Amino acid sequence: MAGNTVLIDTSLCTACRGCQVACKSWNELPAEKTVFGGSYENPPAFTPTTWTRVVFREADGQGVRWYFGKQQCMHCRDAVCVNMCPVQAAHRTALGTVDIDTGKCIGCGICQTYCPFQVPKVDKAAGKSRKCRLCFDRITNGLLPACVQACPSGALSFGSREEILARARERAGRLKQQGYPQAQVYGEKEMGGLHIIYVLTARPSQYGLPEEPKVSVSASVVAELLRPFQSLVAASAVFQWAEGAGRGKRTYS
Amino acid sequence: MTNHWIDYQNSDVIMAIGVNTAENHPVSMKWINRARARGAKLIAVDPRFTRTAAAADLHVPIRPGTDIAFLGGLINYALQNNLIQEEYVRNYTNASYLIHPDFAFHDGVFSGLDTNKYDKASWAYQTGPDGAVRKDPTLQDPQCVFQLLKKHYARYTPEKVSQITGCPVETFLKAAELFCSTGRPDKAGNILYAMGITQHTYGSQNVRAIAILQLLLGNIGIAGGGVNAQRGEANVQGSTDMALLYHYLPGYLGHPKAALHPTLKDYIEKETPKTSYWSNKPKFLVSLLKAWYGQAATADNDFAYDYLPKLDARDHSHISIFEHMAAGEIKGFFAWGQNPAVGGPQAMFERSALEKLDWMVVVDIFETETAAFWKRPGANPQSIKTEVFLLPAAISYEKEGSVANSGRWIQWRYKACDPPGEARSDLWIADRLYKAIRAEYEKGGVFPDPILNLTWDYGGAGEGEPDTSRVALEINGYDTATGSPLANFPALKDDGSTACGCWIYSGYYNDLNNPPCKKRQKEEAGIGTHPNWAYAWPLNRRILYNRCSSDPAGKPWNAAAPVIWWENGEWKRNDVPDFGWKAADGSMIPPEKSAANPFIMLPEGQGRLFAAAMADGPFPEHYEPVESPVANLLSRQQNNPVVVFLPSARKWTAAAVGEFPLVATTYRLSEHWQSGIMTRNSPWLNELMPEMFVEISPGLARKLGIASGDKVVVYNRRSAIIAKACVTPRLQPLVIGGQEVEVVGMPWHWGYQGLSAGPSANELTPHVGDANTNIPEYKAFLCAIRRA
Repeated sequence: MAGNTVLIDTSLCTACRGCQVACKSWNELPAEKTVFGGSYENPPAFTPTTWTRVVFREADGQGVRWYFGKQQCMHCRDAVCVNMCPVQAAHRTALGTVDIDTGKCIGCGICQTYCPFQVPKVDKAAGKSRKCRLCFDRITNGLLPACVQACPSGALSFGSREEILARARERAGRLKQQGYPQAQVYGEKEMGGLHIIYVLTARPSQYGLPEEPKVSVSASVVAELLRPFQSLVAASAVFQWAEGAGRGKRTYS
Repeated sequence: MTNHWIDYQNSDVIMAIGVNTAENHPVSMKWINRARARGAKLIAVDPRFTRTAAAADLHVPIRPGTDIAFLGGLINYALQNNLIQEEYVRNYTNASYLIHPDFAFHDGVFSGLDTNKYDKASWAYQTGPDGAVRKDPTLQDPQCVFQLLKKHYARYTPEKVSQITGCPVETFLKAAELFCSTGRPDKAGNILYAMGITQHTYGSQNVRAIAILQLLLGNIGIAGGGVNAQRGEANVQGSTDMALLYHYLPGYLGHPKAALHPTLKDYIEKETPKTSYWSNKPKFLVSLLKAWYGQAATADNDFAYDYLPKLDARDHSHISIFEHMAAGEIKGFFAWGQNPAVGGPQAMFERSALEKLDWMVVVDIFETETAAFWKRPGANPQSIKTEVFLLPAAISYEKEGSVANSGRWIQWRYKACDPPGEARSDLWIADRLYKAIRAEYEKGGVFPDPILNLTWDYGGAGEGEPDTSRVALEINGYDTATGSPLANFPALKDDGSTACGCWIYSGYYNDLNNPPCKKRQKEEAGIGTHPNWAYAWPLNRRILYNRCSSDPAGKPWNAAAPVIWWENGEWKRNDVPDFGWKAADGSMIPPEKSAANPFIMLPEGQGRLFAAAMADGPFPEHYEPVESPVANLLSRQQNNPVVVFLPSARKWTAAAVGEFPLVATTYRLSEHWQSGIMTRNSPWLNELMPEMFVEISPGLARKLGIASGDKVVVYNRRSAIIAKACVTPRLQPLVIGGQEVEVVGMPWHWGYQGLSAGPSANELTPHVGDANTNIPEYKAFLCAIRRA
């Protein structure tokens, strides 16, 4: 089962959220206490114990639409978290996915602040940043990622990036012919290319995805500043500054 | 289902009506998506824009309870525009049959109505001097079924359908054009349904309307077609097959009635048709009696027919049981994997009825609301005398046995782990219960014979688990002399030489070393029937009525997905034929023979466009739900004239139009299951859907000053519950006869027990039932909403 990339074909997703539960089950993540706030979407954001979630977006223009998009770490090829992590806890694995070495992580939160997709979340009590690992333990042992394994409708599939991109282009092309003129592939070029590739039937923003995810200017500056620092103390000191500098400068919210 | 899940991949147009297939049957979407990859279209007919509607090519909003108006409109559209598959209709249905000259229909009522019951004499077929049904193959006689059908549904014009359902005319026409395009011989239209169709005071007629449409379009018996009831529980098909319903014995043998069938002879004479496969009914019943009463069942004592309890004249469906209970007529009650305190209609009434019991046994995996009714909010435990026993049950992964899915596939499921604590399998509980009851009867009793002579040899000595394979063998059937398993039900006899616990299952466990229900071989090539994966009743047949997949001469209507067809003097098969195809000597029976009776379970052998067997009319007719905000726009007959209206319901049914202006419906979510007892005790699922809510349109929210997430009170005469508002454009008001009507929707998963407790939608649903089945009208009732 060689692969490092997940395809999310939103045209096939029914938002059953089997993926959300499978993620929690495999990764032994506890449930969160949530409330019904008027939407089916829950939990409302990523947390240290929620690594994937399905976004529900209603649109009421020319008839009602309801868009579903699974979100999780995008495993960017040009990953802000990897580039900025002062202690190299966030790193690229041999497969090309992005993982956080919790042994090294100091919980400084730089990845949380600068991720253009707002994915990593620091578990304050443990002092560790947590996020989707693309089931590194499963995919290196010949298993599908837990979310892909659980998907009943065929919306999720897994393979090499080339295979997945080819499949995505073919699907988007077909959807264009089947009445979805805005069908498109997302993740081919964004952030140097993602290891999560989407087939969307409408613009990315309809699915709660940034149209053009970018590294913020302040993130580049912080990255340069952090480069010489290796010790925890120094990193923490810089973080105090970086957190202030980064606030309000996210490229997408 | 006539067909099965995987067969959905063969459909060209799939219409989901009264079923939210994406949310409540998620795996169905795998096969629907396969079909759509080939260009198939999905239509979602639902008052709400659901997760199914989100996936669909067309969403058709209709008011809850107006399915017959909508389906009648499609029937009319197909007839008026000549989109029916005429050769199919002429040959395989009763379209040409002449109906009694006195048959009439006037202003919403069929001939023969006597207060709340029909005398059906005028619904009979005309017969000639030889007793044969008179027919007009040209379909022109005004008294033939085809012409009567055409006349009946001519009233269901697109404009009228729109006025009744609230579906815009153009949306209706789009749906009609799309679905009726499957009337072409090489196209397959598939209709999926569930409780949104059945849970009405005319629910059976809703299903009939689907069947009529599918017969007209030639969509029955073909790959990718069918009338497909999607079951809402993993094994509810199996439960029904095993006589979960009070009026059946296993295998859909009608339960004997005291007045009609005092002796076996009466039962056999009155219940065995001369023609159709049901002419074998005595073999099925006698084999059942042999399975149950063994040596004690002999030809001399009518195979112990007297041991069978007989039905009295009263109704014993769910709602009636609770009426009888409330009246103090029932002393003891088993709630075995059932939670009526949440799942039953008019739940406040059903909960209080439990107080009249002397004792109740609840068998479940958690303490259900039913088990805890005596400490429910507002109850005074000291004043409740009912003694409650709660037996902890194993869940599906903690026991083994067979599970039958909606497609009638019987699949063996193995045990994965031991149940926790004192929890035991249902079979273990039943086994211990029987043995304890038997021990009591051994001391004496009023009529001990049926208990003492019951065949009960499944092992389970001491604390041990009974042997499921012994139960399976009894269900499959065996030779009473040798004990060897029977190949399948054609081997059954009515002389006591065979025993069989459920005739339709015969064959599923006919090889003790390699039972067919344990087979797991995928099909290499074919149309997706996978004959060596599990076992489908009857006879491993995957598509029922499959003679209809080819024309009278045996040529397949659709060569791309042929099921059974005649080629070079023999039958070619992608499935087990549902007709006589091979003579006893092994020679092939030519197609002309079976073309005359492709529906082998019906005495007339042909599909019923006109069905006199129904309690409330041979054609489905639109009536309003018992609680409706509008007058019937099609006739002056407001409700089904033979509706089952129970005493308690009268008290709490909305009296005046306008008292409760909102049309309400109930439904399930992907994230919870049934009364929620399993899922509301799962923190991961509660995280996804934490609280009870009510879906309302933005317009209604504005009018009431409600924002999404606010607490509101939903109320009617039966109860008032507090829920969170889900304000969404997925619900829109419908224009009914010029008047704007708001529809609101509520999931029914919550109750006062469990990790996520909340109010039950069923506190608001009425105790009224379908004229044929008594299924309660959960899916359309009235309420009002105000800010909490």
